[in-house]
Amino acid sequence: MEDMNQPSKYAIETRGLNIFYGDFQAVKDISLQFERNRITAIIGPSGCGKSTVLRAFNRMNDFVPSAHATGEVLYHDQNINHPSVDAVQLRRLIGMVFQKPNPFPKSIYDNIAWGAKMNGFRGNTDDLVEETLRQAALWDEVKDNLKKSALALSGGQQQRLCIARALAVRPEIILMDEPCSALDPIATLKIEDLMRELSQNYTIIIVTHNMQQAARASDYTAFFTMDTDRSGIMVEYNETSLIFTKPKDQRTEDYITGRFG
Amino acid sequence: MPRNTLNRQLNMVQDEILILGSMVEQATRAAVGTLKSRDLREAKLVFEQDQIINEKRFAIENAILILMATQQPMARDLRTLAALLEVNTELERMGDYAKGIAKVTLRMGNAEVNLPMVEINQMAELAVGMLHRALSAFIEENANLAVAIPKEDDRIDELFNTAYSKILHEMVANPSTIDNVNLALWVIHNLERMADRVSNICERTVFIATGELFEMDGMDEEDLNV
Repeated sequence: MEDMNQPSKYAIETRGLNIFYGDFQAVKDISLQFERNRITAIIGPSGCGKSTVLRAFNRMNDFVPSAHATGEVLYHDQNINHPSVDAVQLRRLIGMVFQKPNPFPKSIYDNIAWGAKMNGFRGNTDDLVEETLRQAALWDEVKDNLKKSALALSGGQQQRLCIARALAVRPEIILMDEPCSALDPIATLKIEDLMRELSQNYTIIIVTHNMQQAARASDYTAFFTMDTDRSGIMVEYNETSLIFTKPKDQRTEDYITGRFG
Repeated sequence: MPRNTLNRQLNMVQDEILILGSMVEQATRAAVGTLKSRDLREAKLVFEQDQIINEKRFAIENAILILMATQQPMARDLRTLAALLEVNTELERMGDYAKGIAKVTLRMGNAEVNLPMVEINQMAELAVGMLHRALSAFIEENANLAVAIPKEDDRIDELFNTAYSKILHEMVANPSTIDNVNLALWVIHNLERMADRVSNICERTVFIATGELFEMDGMDEEDLNV
């Protein structure tokens, strides 16, 4: 019997997770364990269900009326799909950064202060703004213009601001859904360096079409593909260095060498 | 400046190459030392420890392949990694030369053999010194330094020729020891080849710095005598 006082070795874990949109099964039987303070990438061809799985980690699929899930998503030894779990509170602990940077049409300062205050932050807001902007490697670029509109920032800066905003509510896990697909290559590499820095204190799960990004930035990689019935399945999960040099499954090899997908 | 992960891991591989290089230097000195001391235990140790050099070589190769696969190095980064692969192989082969010299000691055992130790010691010191400086130039990507080192090979060739004559004389003078004296030819051959491989390392340094590939000892005697 597992010692319930011991925190799980994993930041989050799925057991036999199935997700449906109406009658269509989008992903099938996903069992995956995400290491704490590590970066895990989920890669795979379009439609393999990787974003669907990511959204299941903080119940973002609740916003899709036809979506429902079976199986378990375990976070702190609790299945987050259980009705007793407060999804809003869950999303504070498991934050998300989206494909397109989506800052509020407010100042840089307010972008961070607002979300934190709404989540009950009672401390010194100035300190919080500085701390999270520093963590997001944005402070030096914006410290003299905190009152400037966030929309005046470049795409890469906006995305780092969104990361800072996610950090301001002190999450444990940060989910990233194609966080660099709207960014140029240098802004992309900056975000990747930032992810590496953040992984010292946070668990990061990133979904990306860009398998080179998964190779560069992650510690572990899960490869998903579509089964014959078009449901997403997980083919292989391993250390990133092994997935990209010695994949075990021929389907992984075909995908990462560009022979399929 | 982005690319912290690539930079960090590249530095780690370079450190490992320096460690491999110092293992080879140590093995060479120790192997040559046993020719005089006939410390057979030490010779056996050098012989066996080549296995550690081989394993390290494979570990470094694996690390380089992972870096290439995961970090998509370009331009100078790519040249550096390709050069590291090459230098890694050169060092492993130099380790084999040291092992070969230790094997000569083991074959000779305690037999009385008149070896040209002065030349052998000098060749070993020169070769190890060249290797050490070549690796420094390689890690610092200092092409000017690298270009100068292969020229020192001339001195090693001179020593080789002197030692070769002495060995032939000894064979004629004491035919009964010819079996063992013959082994000395392996020793000087190994040391001479070691210096040649140092030149290859220097070529790779120029390659990293400039992108140009060329042979630095292209005008050696072997080519002229064809």
